Amino acid sequence: MSADLSLQIDTPAESIEALAKEAESLKAKLEEERQKLNDVALSTVAQRLENVGQLNIKPRRILKGHQGKVLCLDWSQDKRHLVSASQDGRIIIWDAFTTNKEHAIALPTTWVMACSYGPSGSVIACGGLDNKVTVYPLVEDDSTQRKKPVGTHTSYTAYCTFLPNSDYQILSGSGDSTCALWDVESGSRLQSFHGHSGDVMSLDLAPQENGNTFVSAGCDRKALIWDMRTGQCVQTFDGHESDINTVKFHPSGDAIATGSDDATCRLYDLRADREIAVYSKESIIFGVNSVDFSHSGRLLFAGYSDYTVNVWDSLKCHRTSILYGHDNRVSSLKVSPDGTAFCFFVLQYSKLGHHIEDLGITTTGLPLPNAVDQRCHKELKLPKFRIERNLHSKWTRL
Amino acid sequence: MTGVTRDQVGSGGDDVETVTTTPSTVAATSSNMTTTSTITSMTTTTTTTVTIGPTTEVPSSTTATAMTSSNLLDQNNSSSTEVAAKSSAPPPNRDHTPHHIVYRKMERIIERMQEENIGVPVRTVKSFLTKIPSVFTGTDLVTWILKNMEVDDQNEALHLAHLLAAHGYIFPIEDHILSVKNDSTFYRFQTPYFWPSNYWEPENSDYAVYLCKRTMQNKTRLELVDYEAENLARLQKMFSRKWEFIFMQAEAQSKVDKKRDKLERKVLDSQERAFWDVHRPSPGCVNTTEMDIKKMCRMNRPRHGSSAEAGGSQKEKTLTVDELKALIKSLKYKLDRHSIKISKVADLHVAYYEMYSEYDPFIIAPEPSNPWLSDSLDFWDQEKNAKDIPARRVRRWAFSVEELLKDPVGRDHFAKFLEKEFSGENLRFWESIQDLKRLPMSELPKRAQEIWAEFLAPDSTCLVNVDSKSYEQTRQNIQESQADRWSFDTALVITHINMFIKSIRSKVRFNNAKAHVYHLMKSDSYSRYIRSDMYKDFLNGAKKKVNFLSLPAKFKRT
Repeated sequence: MSADLSLQIDTPAESIEALAKEAESLKAKLEEERQKLNDVALSTVAQRLENVGQLNIKPRRILKGHQGKVLCLDWSQDKRHLVSASQDGRIIIWDAFTTNKEHAIALPTTWVMACSYGPSGSVIACGGLDNKVTVYPLVEDDSTQRKKPVGTHTSYTAYCTFLPNSDYQILSGSGDSTCALWDVESGSRLQSFHGHSGDVMSLDLAPQENGNTFVSAGCDRKALIWDMRTGQCVQTFDGHESDINTVKFHPSGDAIATGSDDATCRLYDLRADREIAVYSKESIIFGVNSVDFSHSGRLLFAGYSDYTVNVWDSLKCHRTSILYGHDNRVSSLKVSPDGTAFCFFVLQYSKLGHHIEDLGITTTGLPLPNAVDQRCHKELKLPKFRIERNLHSKWTRL
Repeated sequence: MTGVTRDQVGSGGDDVETVTTTPSTVAATSSNMTTTSTITSMTTTTTTTVTIGPTTEVPSSTTATAMTSSNLLDQNNSSSTEVAAKSSAPPPNRDHTPHHIVYRKMERIIERMQEENIGVPVRTVKSFLTKIPSVFTGTDLVTWILKNMEVDDQNEALHLAHLLAAHGYIFPIEDHILSVKNDSTFYRFQTPYFWPSNYWEPENSDYAVYLCKRTMQNKTRLELVDYEAENLARLQKMFSRKWEFIFMQAEAQSKVDKKRDKLERKVLDSQERAFWDVHRPSPGCVNTTEMDIKKMCRMNRPRHGSSAEAGGSQKEKTLTVDELKALIKSLKYKLDRHSIKISKVADLHVAYYEMYSEYDPFIIAPEPSNPWLSDSLDFWDQEKNAKDIPARRVRRWAFSVEELLKDPVGRDHFAKFLEKEFSGENLRFWESIQDLKRLPMSELPKRAQEIWAEFLAPDSTCLVNVDSKSYEQTRQNIQESQADRWSFDTALVITHINMFIKSIRSKVRFNNAKAHVYHLMKSDSYSRYIRSDMYKDFLNGAKKKVNFLSLPAKFKRT
């Protein structure tokens, strides 16, 4: 019995060995080739540029209204509207310029992890722990009545985005390690993208008008470039030592930036087919949740789990600014479509807060008086507000 | 009841082990404890800097807790093992969670801080009649970070210190709010036993025991604060049936505590309190042990996820033949791929920045003003306005065709130019395909036919000039294939056309033809347009207008 087993194992083991050897030699060869191309560091070349100097970034708008952690946001193409989704089960559409709430949509699930503003500005898409991608039209009457389920993954929806210029196609990435392209009207899956070996955490479309490639990254520590038409992965980038949480195309479309739990951001160039810069610092020990570029690609904004936003000079590879003062993880960060501002959300459960920031620093967020430890709520399996009320009465009785 | 217990005893095996191993340290600890007491007796002056290694505290507290838990085990109570088993049972892959990555880094920093001589000076402070053992000040800590770590300024050092405190590695001795101030407030190191990396999630019953114990210790400094009293009341209700048992546990623990040396007890009490401040934070504090929901889903996924994880951790060994083959294929593909040198790429990035820095509001303030700063909509209004186009916007059209076509005004102007050249149909064809892509799938075939009829069919009114090969392929796309569209596009990728056009999603059957048109526009019309007087005039016109407008402003400023 045991002999049989060993025999069975032996044969593939040998071929595996041979294959592994081949893979190793190829790897070494590739490394050698790449080393040849790695003639100079990006920061050395960028030395001829002047420093960008300390950016004077200050919060310009504070959008208050969410009762729970805000997990995602998206800008509208009109440069002033925002959609944000929170754990309180609500999606809010803001006129960020005036800080007015224009719509509030109650969702069936409290864990919304992804939302996207339709290019026309009249629809939004969202998804989360319900594993679905759902489209809501932004209309005066009840949006929930007119919601449209578009697609279903076999695990949570981690990211979704409309294709440029079209309200009718949505690209989504999921915890089931796949990405999918959906037709909104029919709810059919136009294309599946298999290739990740871990949860897909983030994706981004190539910025070229009507680009047909996109990048996705996830817990397998890889960033993959896909051809949307064929569903094939055309390029792979690795190097991160932990889960990649976020990925973003450089505005030129020729490079991507990633942010990971290993507390680094990295820049990979598609033309050089390799990593060309690492943005890290000894004092930064927390993971990166969200990154975005300024319009020239020079500044890389990165939101960290240590409640800060660090601004990197992507070319000189050093940090130009750090924005403190937020009281919880920076979960999502996006530069507005015209690059005039960026907005980020701070994960909060006892506080509300997402900020539109632009040129400066500081922050606020109003503490709610009676926030009770969340874990207790979980255990009692009651919604939070109810427990608080119960507690209150209990306390008064005591 | 017994059945349940038996199951848990199995998984609680690790815990029992830790209990049995600890007595070996007891001997060491007792000697340590004596040294501690001698040191403290020596420190008669208020601030003698003696580094009482928190290392000496470490084993003592470990044994203390081990003692209490072994006490509980003696009582042979089923749920005590249940609690112990649950709180110690590690989840399958917890080392990979973002939290544990951070914990490891923090622990490395803390270890450096606790090194003798070069660490943070820990001392015992004597104030009036009491001694405060093993503390350091906020200033000491911040100074140490500034000196020993790569931080920019004091703010960053303070931020880092705050993070260490928020995760319970250091804690203020008087406060439930785990943060650090850069002053003479006293802080203490947490013992490794209570480090968050050692715990998965402490149970509510543990918390109940702790709070219950606190009520037994009749001391003002140990009095429960409001939120703790609330929690206790709630827990009492929750565990109403088990309460007697919880009470007994608490009693046993406090008995053990009472036997301890006074100073040691002080340290231990504070460390235990800090532990619960991390795991059951006071209102308004962030619970740092809370996990990102996506990561939590991943953790909680039964076998599938964890096996993928295992594959990640021991990569080479677990790869199957197919995976290896795929790997080799991808490596070969990578080798064949033509890549550019870093120096060249870097130059391109710098050039891109230099080209676009003018258009980056974070680098150069936009004209007339950033709407978020000035609260005026001028900037956005100007963009919508098709009349007074600033020169820098017009200059952008010359960067690339994409830039020109992206700007509606630019596109219009280009259209006019093409009309003059009698090749306007190219742009219209391009535009109609842009429209086509905005449509839902159901309307696509109809629209595709229309576009075919308008631009490509033999009898069309404004025929687009396309080479025969592209034409034939497009004809096939439109007229013959229906289901096969994705595979069609595979062919398209290969064609040279892709070199010129980075556009068009696969749904467009016109890819070939359109790309060709685009190529035509790019190689002919576009370059001719950028060189044309028409563009230059427009650019100059814009410049003049800008100058005209900006001149008075300049005068005003000077």
